[in-house]
Amino acid sequence: MKHTISELEDIASQVRRDILRMVHAVQSGHPGASLGCADFFTALYFEVLNHNPKFDMDGKNEDLFFLSNGHISPVWYSVLARSGYFNVSELSTFRKLDSRLQGHPTTHEGLPGVRIASGSLGQGLSVAIGAALAKKIDGDKSLVFALLGDGELQEGQNWEAFMFAPHNKVDNIIASIDYNGQQIDGPTEKVLSLENLQAKFEAFGWHVITSNGNDMEEILKSLEYAKSLTGKGKPILNLMSTQMGYGVDFMVGTHKWHGSAPSDEQLANALGQIKETLGDY
Amino acid sequence: MKKYTYTDKKDTRSGFGAGLHEAGKRNENVVALCADLVGSLKMDAFIKDFPERFFQVGIAEANMMGIAAGLTIGGKIPFTGTFANFSTGRVYDQIRQSIAYSGKNVKICASHAGLTLGEDGATHQILEDIGLMKMLPGMTVINPCDYNQTKAATLAIMEHEGPVYLRFGRPVIPVFTPEDQKFEIGKAWMVNEGTDVTIVATGHMVWRAIQAGEELEKLGIDAEIINIHTIKPLDEEAILKSVKKTGCIVTCEEHNKFGGLGESVARFLTSTYLAPQEFVAVNDSFGESATPDQLMTKYKLDPSDIVAAAQKAMARKSK
Repeated sequence: MKHTISELEDIASQVRRDILRMVHAVQSGHPGASLGCADFFTALYFEVLNHNPKFDMDGKNEDLFFLSNGHISPVWYSVLARSGYFNVSELSTFRKLDSRLQGHPTTHEGLPGVRIASGSLGQGLSVAIGAALAKKIDGDKSLVFALLGDGELQEGQNWEAFMFAPHNKVDNIIASIDYNGQQIDGPTEKVLSLENLQAKFEAFGWHVITSNGNDMEEILKSLEYAKSLTGKGKPILNLMSTQMGYGVDFMVGTHKWHGSAPSDEQLANALGQIKETLGDY
Repeated sequence: MKKYTYTDKKDTRSGFGAGLHEAGKRNENVVALCADLVGSLKMDAFIKDFPERFFQVGIAEANMMGIAAGLTIGGKIPFTGTFANFSTGRVYDQIRQSIAYSGKNVKICASHAGLTLGEDGATHQILEDIGLMKMLPGMTVINPCDYNQTKAATLAIMEHEGPVYLRFGRPVIPVFTPEDQKFEIGKAWMVNEGTDVTIVATGHMVWRAIQAGEELEKLGIDAEIINIHTIKPLDEEAILKSVKKTGCIVTCEEHNKFGGLGESVARFLTSTYLAPQEFVAVNDSFGESATPDQLMTKYKLDPSDIVAAAQKAMARKSK
């Protein structure tokens, strides 16, 4: 391991501060699921991925990551900056005019680390599968990771992709689901029930593992286990339970912070709960 | 009027199939995807010689566009194949976000465009695809006129960096352009030089424009005929030069009059050089089931319709 669990937790803590401050500064953005996925992104970029922050679009011979639920851009931008893709000071430009940190991630402004635009939901898994196929053609043994929201599983394109990957033995991909049970209009079970996701993915032919996405040790274990399952003829799906808003007591477990920004008082309250570890940007 | 003859009639989709096969031989980064229409898109030769570079995605066009976008990451040059309707309208947002906005080097290859798909009817006869695609920033839109030109265009888009929409069709039509032509994206092809009226045509309408030119010649009218195979970027220079000479223009396309070649030409001319323009295009309508020839007649895309439009445009020229 490159970092101890406690070091990684400290990084995730700083990432949560970045998320809150970015969203607060422009009074827009999506803090809820960003906070919920801070531990996953930290584990991925600081421990799991074999990646090169000297960004190259083609990403040959390195692991690739694709974010399908692009609205959680704050957590991704923070982790990209904190892991060396660009200067952390650029986080202050989030959602502002002429910024590379668009509301939803894009390649258009050339932000290092981003390989596809996402925001319109349900498209990321297909793209990740395409990148995984390109690696197979090239005999490139590195892996492709993807993160999808659970709400966006209501988009039909996902299920086209879920069908394609097992049929074509795309076994160099690890797709994680941010299984927080919330979406804009309320709990997923109320808006449009996802029913038994594990059974659905297994029926489609994926190797499914489950994990707690807010426990650093478990995230690392599950992703290492997922890596050990690659190359065996099946794509791997990590059904990762998280809590939206994790880390801030008044934001946790509700859809209400999906897309709203904290006020000055709320920000102060939230930051009081989260340790500054690497220095605010 | 320059004489055009042909010894063979072929479908433009077969020109695509031949071009794709050749592209696969020339560049090992070329990969192809198809959504359960391999035979219709004439992709068999490519699949036979390069099975490891072909992906059958099933009836799942949205997934196909996303996979194609992903394949470019790693340097592949993906060619997607399905009918024009399923290549555009069905997957507009996938193309918009994952391909056009993301600047991905995907070649969207679309067969069975327009009315000449025939008996399958309006569900499959998209007449809005040029408009949909040309509105996307950075998208190149090409609609070649015969087998040879389609084959050449398929090879040309392989060399071009950036997303491309390549539109072709189902019916067998005369092969009248040179076999070994060099296809230049965005460069109009002068079919016949004339002085009285400019006729610009794209796709299947080019041969019809030639037939119209022959009719006009009998009426003593000297038509300049230009093949606009690339609707975006439009060869504005060629159009301006011609219209300055002839003083009026007719645009011909197997597409809705809204959003097609005619509108692109009008947009350009209104801000540069005002001239009467007549539109030979489908008049804001869906198609229907019938033979291709019956449909082209009913929807007023025959050579006689081009002749009438040319006469009307000429009559509107200021004396």
